[in-house]
Amino acid sequence: MDVLYFAWVRERVGRPKDRVETQARTVMDLVEELRAREERYAAAFADLAALRVAVDQELTDFDAPLDGAREVAFFPPMTGG
Amino acid sequence: MEIRVQEAAFDLGGETAAFAARQDGMGAIVTFTGVVRDSGDLDAMEIEHYPGMTEKALRDIAEDARSRWNLGDILILHRYGRMAPQEMIMMVATAAPHRADAFQAAEFLMDFLKSRAPFWKKEITRAGAAWVAAKDADESALTRW
Repeated sequence: MDVLYFAWVRERVGRPKDRVETQARTVMDLVEELRAREERYAAAFADLAALRVAVDQELTDFDAPLDGAREVAFFPPMTGG
Repeated sequence: MEIRVQEAAFDLGGETAAFAARQDGMGAIVTFTGVVRDSGDLDAMEIEHYPGMTEKALRDIAEDARSRWNLGDILILHRYGRMAPQEMIMMVATAAPHRADAFQAAEFLMDFLKSRAPFWKKEITRAGAAWVAAKDADESALTRW
């Protein structure tokens, strides 16, 4: 699946996107896998309360399942308008 | 219903006139425009978004507004990229038979697109660049609807 990062999450990870092969069953499982990759991922995902997640472009929660998901995005709370 | 996400500047007067011209039987048109506020030392505002999800989220918010009020039409136009102080960031327009629906729907659209549409603002000042933090008040504003 594609994992996308926006705003300061993108800056901390150092790239806008990863292509990930994963067996993660939930968003939280995926977060744990990413945290284990490298220090910059651990830093980006240190405080989940400061993050939001979308699965296939729908906002959801960290306990959401990933069955068949093609795209997961992580970002800070939105500041539109 | 029209949803546009674009980098280019827009002509508020032209957009409003075109929106008004295509309404039929509407007695009220409300527009809101968001502007880059110059806090004194702001060089620019940069807005990032999530292509694909942005359009979908805006469409969902507009559909939600349409289900709550008696509306003829909705326009949401939001820019991304780099903007100078006093440039227009975005606009919404609502058309309704009566003004209460048009006003309330416009406020609803603004409340939801502030914290439910995937845009992120970054302020560039002489001191450096900083992401704008979401306000708790923006999140709690949603509970009134």
